[in-house]
Amino acid sequence: MVLKPHLDDFKIIGYYLGKITIGIGLFMLIPIICALGFREVSPTFDFFIGIGVSFLCGFILTRICFTDKDLNWMQGMIVVSLSWLVATAIGAIPLYLSGHFKSYLDACFDAMSGFATTGLTLAQDIDHFSYAHNLWRHLIMFIGGQGIVIVALSLFVKGFSGAFKMYVGEARDERVLPNVIHTSRFIWLVSIIFLVLGTLALGITGLLNGMKAQNAFFHGACIFMAAFDTGGFAPQSQNILYYHNMTFETITIVIMILGAINFKLHYHLWTGNFKELFRNIEMRTFFVTIVITFIITAIGLHKLGIYQPAIVLFRKGFYQLISGHTGTGFQTIYAKQFIGGWNELSLTGVIFAMALGGAVCSTTGAIKMLRIGIIMKAVKEDIRRIMLPEKAIVVQRFHHVKNIFLEDKQVRAALLISLCYLLLYAAGALVGMFFGYPFVDSLFESTSAAANVGLSCGITDTAMPVFLKFTYIIQMWAGRLEFMSIFTLLGFLIAAIKGK
Amino acid sequence: MKQLKNYELRIMNCRKNKIIFIFPFVFFIWSLICFSETISSTELINSAKQYDGEEIDYKGEVIGDVMVRGRFAWINVNDGKNAIGIWLPQPLVKEISYAGSYKAKGDIVEVKGKFNRACIEHGGDLDIHAVSLQIVQKGENVDEVISPRKIKVAIAFLIICLTLTVIYFIKLGYGNRS
Repeated sequence: MVLKPHLDDFKIIGYYLGKITIGIGLFMLIPIICALGFREVSPTFDFFIGIGVSFLCGFILTRICFTDKDLNWMQGMIVVSLSWLVATAIGAIPLYLSGHFKSYLDACFDAMSGFATTGLTLAQDIDHFSYAHNLWRHLIMFIGGQGIVIVALSLFVKGFSGAFKMYVGEARDERVLPNVIHTSRFIWLVSIIFLVLGTLALGITGLLNGMKAQNAFFHGACIFMAAFDTGGFAPQSQNILYYHNMTFETITIVIMILGAINFKLHYHLWTGNFKELFRNIEMRTFFVTIVITFIITAIGLHKLGIYQPAIVLFRKGFYQLISGHTGTGFQTIYAKQFIGGWNELSLTGVIFAMALGGAVCSTTGAIKMLRIGIIMKAVKEDIRRIMLPEKAIVVQRFHHVKNIFLEDKQVRAALLISLCYLLLYAAGALVGMFFGYPFVDSLFESTSAAANVGLSCGITDTAMPVFLKFTYIIQMWAGRLEFMSIFTLLGFLIAAIKGK
Repeated sequence: MKQLKNYELRIMNCRKNKIIFIFPFVFFIWSLICFSETISSTELINSAKQYDGEEIDYKGEVIGDVMVRGRFAWINVNDGKNAIGIWLPQPLVKEISYAGSYKAKGDIVEVKGKFNRACIEHGGDLDIHAVSLQIVQKGENVDEVISPRKIKVAIAFLIICLTLTVIYFIKLGYGNRS
């Protein structure tokens, strides 16, 4: 028997949703300051409207649903899944008002793509975007990368037990520090220190390469946010190709890799434990998968003979691959070149890389390295079991911050989430094919959306069917939250309708 | 004699008319040869293999930064669909006075040069190595157009927000006192 949710459930969910809505609105103050600094009047009004809507909705929700009760697991998960939809709807308001989107749905697509750190875009005429709107596009990736709920709540909540439930709901099941709020503040600290260093490195590189000072540092900050949070937006329509600079590309590769590694590992590096970098199962798996997928891509590109000599092949092939593997989505080639210029073998290498993703408790999407590592260990254990005598006790261990014995429940969880991702990739590809796109193109774009990558082979366009836009939005949402909170929301809705 | 004169006159008029008709035609052909048709960015990207290494004409708006690199420079030119990187001698960029941004419409330029599908010199970039640049239309600063409705809505929301914030802080004050 399914139990119908109580009124209290709705009130608690509404109350926290209201607080998060106000939190999202507060973040719009940053682009307003930017707009005032650059004397951009129209964008200032756009963001005032955005703040107005978020404050009004937030105040109404917190007043109507006022409660001092804490969240349980179900409520926490539902708050998380709904928060991402609410943040998308509110974050899209200033984007839509900018006049660079053909419809509000297109603006929502970009907002979800930003919050989920995907990087697919339907924006028109990016080269004439205002500084404020451009900053907002990149800032939402920074907020989404840290986790919308935790970011919004850490603004005005000192600490409460419900925070951990929402932290888990946002696909972060590992605590760096014992307290979740302290963990989220550590993540903020790391991100802000890297933001300053990354902006300086990219800004100085831009300056030395002929950019105006204000553009160099503004682009530096935006590109850092997009790279560290493995987002993939860029201030110009050509993405990273705009800069025509190898140093710039190299710095972004370093930032993308930093963004793709576990925050727990960042903490160990922070405290001087560099050995962890080489012993950790995620880093080892990451290294192996990069090598394998790059070999596939490089063989494909070599067969084509398009990039000669080898250094050119490495620069183009490795950049797109590492961008896909870390889930960033930066491109130094045009979207149409993937289909028109690359062969199926090289595309397969990139699709595999996108499908695998980076580390858990990082800003990347996709299956993730810890799960791949665990599955590989389980395969190894089973092979050893077959090879050794029946009475032999086979034990498998792996190192992830500490030595852990491999258990069946870990393997089961890893396989379950991996299966969900594979089904999500396949579902998006089927929808793409339904609308007449070829198989490889559909699979490429679907994997990119569901794994929160952002590389595009050209399907993502304002002219694509509305249903496909919705499909990619749902894929980005589900892929970022790693399913559990969305399954809980679905269960809650079914219980609300069918429950007794 | 008179008839002969008339005949000559008619022939002369006919020649005159022919010249009037032929001159624009010759001029048209000449202009086609000298300023061959520009190719769109979409065509260049989609049929990159076909145009690889060809001398082409490309027209569009200069956007972003003019990035001087020693004796050469990079500009990015957007034809309304895509922007393509143009590598050109530094003296040529001196003619560019506006680059497209939020507050400016960039110069519309026509460049003539070699198209590269994967330029060896520039790490495999799809680019054009230009030998000439012509300003087709000067750019200009763009004034912001703000709709009066947007201003009214923003002010209304601002008032609501301020009121709600004041109410929130008053309630917070009462709560703390109690």
